[in-house]
Amino acid sequence: MAIRPADAFTEIPEVTGRRARWWAATKDFVRKRPLGAIGAVIVLVNIIVALGADVFAAYDPLATDYGAMLARPSTAHWLGTDAFGRDVLSRIIYGSRTAMIVGFACAFFGATVGAVIGVASAYFGGKVDLLIQRVMDIFLAFPLIILALAVVSILGTGIQNVIFAITVPMIPRASLVARSSALAIREMPYVDAARAAGFRHQRIILRHMLPNVMAPYLIMLTAFLGQAILLEASLSFLGLGVAEPTPAWGLMLRGAAVQFAEQAPWMAIFPGLAISLAVFAFNLFGDSLRDALDPRLRTQ
Amino acid sequence: MITDAAPLLEVKNVVKHFTVGGGMFGGPRGIVRAVDGVSFTLYRGETLGLVGESGCGKTTTGRCVLQLERATSGSVVFEGRDLTTLNETELRPVRRKIQVIFQDPYSSLNPRMTVGQIIAEPLGVHAIVPDAGRRRARVRELLNRVGLLARHAERYPHEMSGGQRQRVGIARALAMEPALIICDEPVSALDVSIQAQIINLLEDLQAEYRLTYLFIAHDLAVVRHISDRVAVMYLGKIVELADRKALYDDPLHPYTRALLAAVPIPDPELEARRERVVLGGEVPSPLNPPAGCVFHPRCPIAIDRCRSVIPDLREIKPGHWAACLLA
Repeated sequence: MAIRPADAFTEIPEVTGRRARWWAATKDFVRKRPLGAIGAVIVLVNIIVALGADVFAAYDPLATDYGAMLARPSTAHWLGTDAFGRDVLSRIIYGSRTAMIVGFACAFFGATVGAVIGVASAYFGGKVDLLIQRVMDIFLAFPLIILALAVVSILGTGIQNVIFAITVPMIPRASLVARSSALAIREMPYVDAARAAGFRHQRIILRHMLPNVMAPYLIMLTAFLGQAILLEASLSFLGLGVAEPTPAWGLMLRGAAVQFAEQAPWMAIFPGLAISLAVFAFNLFGDSLRDALDPRLRTQ
Repeated sequence: MITDAAPLLEVKNVVKHFTVGGGMFGGPRGIVRAVDGVSFTLYRGETLGLVGESGCGKTTTGRCVLQLERATSGSVVFEGRDLTTLNETELRPVRRKIQVIFQDPYSSLNPRMTVGQIIAEPLGVHAIVPDAGRRRARVRELLNRVGLLARHAERYPHEMSGGQRQRVGIARALAMEPALIICDEPVSALDVSIQAQIINLLEDLQAEYRLTYLFIAHDLAVVRHISDRVAVMYLGKIVELADRKALYDDPLHPYTRALLAAVPIPDPELEARRERVVLGGEVPSPLNPPAGCVFHPRCPIAIDRCRSVIPDLREIKPGHWAACLLA
């Protein structure tokens, strides 16, 4: 086994100024983790496309054109059209917006709520910790998709409900990770100092402990992004996610796409590719970020 | 330097036990007797040195005074109120009055806050300086007082040296205008040259604000320099407590004698000629302390009775207490 130096961000040479440090860290990341950098670029492209969907899409994603149903890829419709004559590329572009909204919202809320619960659990310790962790264990006993399905079937479909349904199963996972880091921080003298200063629990948890679990928090956030996008696609594919005619990648894979799979394979192939590429990119980026920020978590 | 008749702090028979091992599925449960019946009194404006080797319970004693650990039994009476009976909410206003300076200047400051934020936080929370503008001025004042510059307020702890960080820790404690400061090995992690500066700073601050220190350390020379009275701890108990001069010149407990004999003399000839008291064996585990006098297995003068009789801390000479049957 080759011996590699520990290549955490902290090892970059001393550079003054925040901007310079960020720049140096970014260069370091690109040089040491090219795959992660590729992931980051795809993620960025994805975000830009989602934000500028109105500019990039040639057609209205909802506009039907019965003159060009199931049209094969051509110069007019680069990725072809679907059974209603809607432009597949435009729908993928707008679908990325749905994917990004759901992905970022779920990852953000899931990681944040989970982190607060985890840190609070570690801070209070004892019976409170035991109780919170057992409740989390109950949630953890269900696979992500099953729990999300259960929530959706209670609340019904729609983008807000989908976000909620995907966020719920992420919270216990985030709380586990945050708790384990927070347990170490709990023992730090600066937390003792804050307690000795007579600060309230809320202040100690939010101001003194939470900011110090930033590294695992960022790692969770990126890891959850990919998972959330995949979950949203799965739910939509099962008909429990975003409802037609909203453009969503998972939605594009069902219905007519299955029916006309032989005549018009582009209807399913391209959205499928979009899902794979986005999830793959988010995971690549997340894994590399995790390795760079916290080498100890590498084996998890 | 005993100036007030009423003590500022009275620690009475404080016991702190930790349970180890044993969980839901049984297994042997052990009790670590970290602090096993410690009593002392602190008067306003004085410094009590608390010395002993690693693991003797001196830090835990300090934490029990701070109420960071709740004592298993015993009482901690501060300004006439027993802190062990107060709940977290009742304690909050009292906590301001008892502050702490930690050993490790690297982990005692929140790495995500600037020095200015660290010092300003208690000023705002306790409404000591409610106005934000004045608070900044007060932070500058405090920084200057501990020997730092106003521009240090913008820095993060990792951008400072160990000595500078320790000064920040002192400024944070001072911000709350405390009466008592627990100094938990405040100079052990610093270079010798910096140690002297911090000690001098602590002494100046004490004179200026009439602070009371509980100075926890293992360095006998430092304790001798700063303390008015010194308590020696061994395995969770105070074995000797006396005025500094009496303790260093005429130690009554064999453990104190051994400790003092271990201090190197900075003169090779004197060092070579002097008599040594070398303690045999190891410190017994506080999980299973010896019966009788806890020091008897290592004591050079132990007699049979030491194995069975627990010696009380008694006043052998005026103001000079020792827990030894033979003293």
